[in-house]
Amino acid sequence: MKKKNIYLLLNIVMILLIALLINIVQSKFDPYVIRILNLCGIYVILGVSLNLINGFTGQFSLGHAGFMAIGAYVSALLYMSPELKEMNYFITPLIWPFSVIQIPFFISVIAGGIIAALVGLLVGTPCLRLKGDYLAIVTFGFSEIIRIIFNNLQSITNGPLGLKGLPAFTNLWWSWGGAIFTIFFISNLINSSYGRALKSIREDEVAAEAMGVNLFYHKVLSFVVGAFFAGIGGALLGSLVMTIDPNTFNVSMTFQIIVIVIVGGLGSITGTVIIATIFAILMELLRAVESPMNFFGTKLPAIPGMRMLVFSIILMVVILFFKRGLMGGKEFSWQQFFQIFFRNNKAIEEDS
Amino acid sequence: MSLNVFLQNLINGISLGCLFALIAIGYTMVYGILRLINFAHGDIFMMATFFAYYAIALFSLPWGLAFFAAIILTMLLGITVDRIAYRPLRDAPRISSLCSAIGMSFFLENLAIVVFGGRPKPFFRPEIFNQTFIISDIRIQSVSLITPLASIFFLLILTYIIYRTKTGLAMRAISKDFDTAKLMGINLNRTIAFTFAIGSGLAAVGAILWALRYPQIFPFMGMFPGWRAFTAAIIGGIGSIRGAMLGGFLLGLITIMIVAFFPMYAGYKDAFVFILLIMVLLYKPEGIFGEE
Repeated sequence: MKKKNIYLLLNIVMILLIALLINIVQSKFDPYVIRILNLCGIYVILGVSLNLINGFTGQFSLGHAGFMAIGAYVSALLYMSPELKEMNYFITPLIWPFSVIQIPFFISVIAGGIIAALVGLLVGTPCLRLKGDYLAIVTFGFSEIIRIIFNNLQSITNGPLGLKGLPAFTNLWWSWGGAIFTIFFISNLINSSYGRALKSIREDEVAAEAMGVNLFYHKVLSFVVGAFFAGIGGALLGSLVMTIDPNTFNVSMTFQIIVIVIVGGLGSITGTVIIATIFAILMELLRAVESPMNFFGTKLPAIPGMRMLVFSIILMVVILFFKRGLMGGKEFSWQQFFQIFFRNNKAIEEDS
Repeated sequence: MSLNVFLQNLINGISLGCLFALIAIGYTMVYGILRLINFAHGDIFMMATFFAYYAIALFSLPWGLAFFAAIILTMLLGITVDRIAYRPLRDAPRISSLCSAIGMSFFLENLAIVVFGGRPKPFFRPEIFNQTFIISDIRIQSVSLITPLASIFFLLILTYIIYRTKTGLAMRAISKDFDTAKLMGINLNRTIAFTFAIGSGLAAVGAILWALRYPQIFPFMGMFPGWRAFTAAIIGGIGSIRGAMLGGFLLGLITIMIVAFFPMYAGYKDAFVFILLIMVLLYKPEGIFGEE
């Protein structure tokens, strides 16, 4: 058997193992753990999709929260039952077509992604002519515009009241299934000729254009794909936390995803996946520092806000001392994995 | 709309615009020199109001002295932020200093929540800022009059420092060409620290005037004025001090006038600001005054 086939087989075995694991965890573990693992999966989707735009294409976007908001709202409007909508929109009633329709969760999530992608196309077409910091500001401005519009369009989004009591469809199959699909899709995109074009744009735009890469087309492509997965991530997040309002999707949300991408390493899917998982778990573990503690006999009172303070200190230390992120653009591959494995074996043999 | 109401709104808009201009200068100076969006600037702004608050509440200083102390402390804070978060990353890729700025912004906000508490606090308003003048039906709060005067005073000092002193010359040289300035014997780190001090000092002035205008302070108060001021800096042309002033004035006037003329769209006023920003960037990507 060729090496390539072995690696493919290993990938399939790995996915089956994960599926088995999901099956066990979903039925045996308590809801708290499942919830955290769900968050991990959603952060993976969001991080990997932002990494496609920021890391692989080198276009610094600050608009991820806007796309997430679109995904979350569009899908919620489609999968909520008409009775639930009536309960939510008690100040300004929902306008007609949305007030009666209800479609299955899967289709509405995909619809959320597609609408987010369309908006991404609409925004990206004019804005991607800008470079660097200007692009960052325009995308930020756009995500703020979405937040403001959602806050004001009461007859569609229920304004700042948000949507409450969303049905909890998101489980591990959805979140981690979505995450694996995102990783699969984006890593294949990266390794295709499109991916090489995207990376060449990141390295040097002029050289890429001279080699015949259509800059505009490829930038918009990566932006739209990123927006699509951001929409899906937002839709799953909405059904996980079961309540959404426009101010959930503010700039801090984008910053969280950007932190995941940069700490994981720009242009490394492996790094993003690892850091996204650590991030979601760490945020929960750090709740311990907020509760009252017994410290060598002295009782420390509970300090609200301590969790985020400790988190930001950890973040600053990581940024200052690991300048290129965890993986620094490298990826996990079976080949390297075996190399490390065999080298260690050899070392052991030599020792004995 | 009657002339009276218009004039009243005009004065309001100008005074809000002055505040945006004061904060925008901090962004534009740092960007001009380091090519770095200082995301922590809005939080430095927030810290300044808390310094002033505690100088009055804890140490019961007279308000003039308290404000002065707050400005000095904020300048020191600006220098510290540069020393801790940006100086170690001078040679690193730009994206890591951007991330470091985001981290610093997180850190300052959460530090404020832990140390000062998340509940909004009332800001002390001295008697002189509390009066209302009535000139033939136009009601003007004294704070709306004092704000432009104070801003113009500090902007004149800034112009003097930048165009008439050696340090100002060094700052302009660094923003033109980082490496050549270094070769000419300019002490980079000291000049950059000085830039942060000036930017933060102006932010502190803006913050105190802001708190006198909207007398309620809380850890996330820096976010809104910070982003608005940054938008102003970009509309005016980031890196240009004149641009930051003009952008600030424009933004303040536009936000007030939209509410005055189209009250039904008041909720969308920030959306209009961002649409204006996108329009400016698409047709004149370097802003009104370009990068200086």
